[in-house]
Amino acid sequence: MIVGTILHLLLLFLLPPLLLGVIGKTKALFGGRVGAPFLQPYYDLAKLFRKGFVFSDTTTWVFSAGPAVGLAVPVLAALLIPFGGLAAPISFSGDLILFVYLFALARFFTVASALDTGSSFEGMGGAREVTFSCLVEPTILFAFIVLVRVSGSLSLGGMFGPDLREGWTMGGAALGLILVCLFVVLLVENCRIPFDDPNTHLELTMIHEVMVLDHSGPAFGMILYGAAMKLFVLGALVVRLALPWQTGSLPGDAALFIAGMLLLAVLIGVVESVMARLRLVRIPQVLIGTTLISVFALVLVLR
Amino acid sequence: MHEVNNLLLLLVILLNFFTLGSARLGACIRAVAIQGAILSFLPVTVHGVNPHALFLSAGALALKGLFIPWLLFRAIREVRIRREVEPLIGYVPTLLLGALTTAGSFIFSDFLPLVEEHHGTLFIPTALATLFTGFLLLITRRKAITQVLGYLMLENGIFVFGILLSAAMPLMVEAGVLLDLLVAIFVMGIVLNHINREFSTLNTERLSALRE
Repeated sequence: MIVGTILHLLLLFLLPPLLLGVIGKTKALFGGRVGAPFLQPYYDLAKLFRKGFVFSDTTTWVFSAGPAVGLAVPVLAALLIPFGGLAAPISFSGDLILFVYLFALARFFTVASALDTGSSFEGMGGAREVTFSCLVEPTILFAFIVLVRVSGSLSLGGMFGPDLREGWTMGGAALGLILVCLFVVLLVENCRIPFDDPNTHLELTMIHEVMVLDHSGPAFGMILYGAAMKLFVLGALVVRLALPWQTGSLPGDAALFIAGMLLLAVLIGVVESVMARLRLVRIPQVLIGTTLISVFALVLVLR
Repeated sequence: MHEVNNLLLLLVILLNFFTLGSARLGACIRAVAIQGAILSFLPVTVHGVNPHALFLSAGALALKGLFIPWLLFRAIREVRIRREVEPLIGYVPTLLLGALTTAGSFIFSDFLPLVEEHHGTLFIPTALATLFTGFLLLITRRKAITQVLGYLMLENGIFVFGILLSAAMPLMVEAGVLLDLLVAIFVMGIVLNHINREFSTLNTERLSALRE
């Protein structure tokens, strides 16, 4: 139990920047380049934490609260979900609602810290980010409802627990649809193509990057690390749903989970390399379509 | 077999949603073509591998999956249109209506007096949902080619119904249905070409300006 929790925390703190490195290498492979090393995000974080802060005169405590909450929330959310076969350290009935609204809290503080700078570019990015997240929240809630219905349990540890294998044979079609919906949620919440370009340097096309434009040094390091952990946490849901097997031993489960997460990072890199970012007016339509697909999965499960 | 049928019918419904939300004509034509190709596998998975079912599958694949989409691609190349204009009620309301009609067809099919073996399956809901989606495309889109695609999707929905009756219906009726479809596409293609040549537009809203 204690060993499981320690393993859980170790995976959470050590692995997320490696995901970013794998995504970067995959995109470089598609571009015919060698690309940055796999461990480059670790070096970037180390470099950023060594620097000093620069605070603007127009900002208040809200500005520094954004990165702090953005770092704390994924850690808390990760304690609620199982990593592959490793059970969730904290589990209670109804914790799926806490999970969704923890991320809403982080988003609120990120947008508030962006608005606190008093610049209009950050406000523009915050408005876009809030619109897209608002449209994606029904999708994730309907996905959780389908899982509740299939597994019969109201806690994330039970929904994604050992019963998931039987759930696939019982309601395979609905779970397949939910897997696609959760992948779309992953891409939207972590600002990946086709919803947002994480490498754009044109401010008019930024959504997430423009909100964090004014943070520097350790604050920016916290934001990068928090974003990587958010990708890790949401990706853990997708990986658990896609690979519902239990090996029964801690090292086996951990190895299967790590392999699944690296495969997911390669898949995100592939999606980023073959698609272009959607036009901004199309993104709400695509998100509503995803919500309708998750509603359709719910209809399938309720029959 | 049951699982394969459900998976294929699920893909058909997803393609319905994709066509309702898509703005690119090439993507819409490909989606309806893939839908026809998926449906052409159904006679074999439902009725087993016998000559009647194989002939039906091959005919449906050749016509719905290959020949008719090729004709439609030729049509859009000749009139040189690539994109759809905004539908009459907008993309999001169209998607919502499509979702409503799909949910409604699921609920409605539970009330129908079906044969015992068809009760829990996805055949009747998929057929009704595809019918309604084809209707929606036909009604809410402005470009004539998308309206033709709506008609094709309608025929796909009727085909799903026909698969269930394929053992009882003679081959002639099936062939008649497919031939009817082919003739309709020929006629529509010729008419579209003439309309475009005459008025240099396929936007049906502008056609009603003839009155003055």
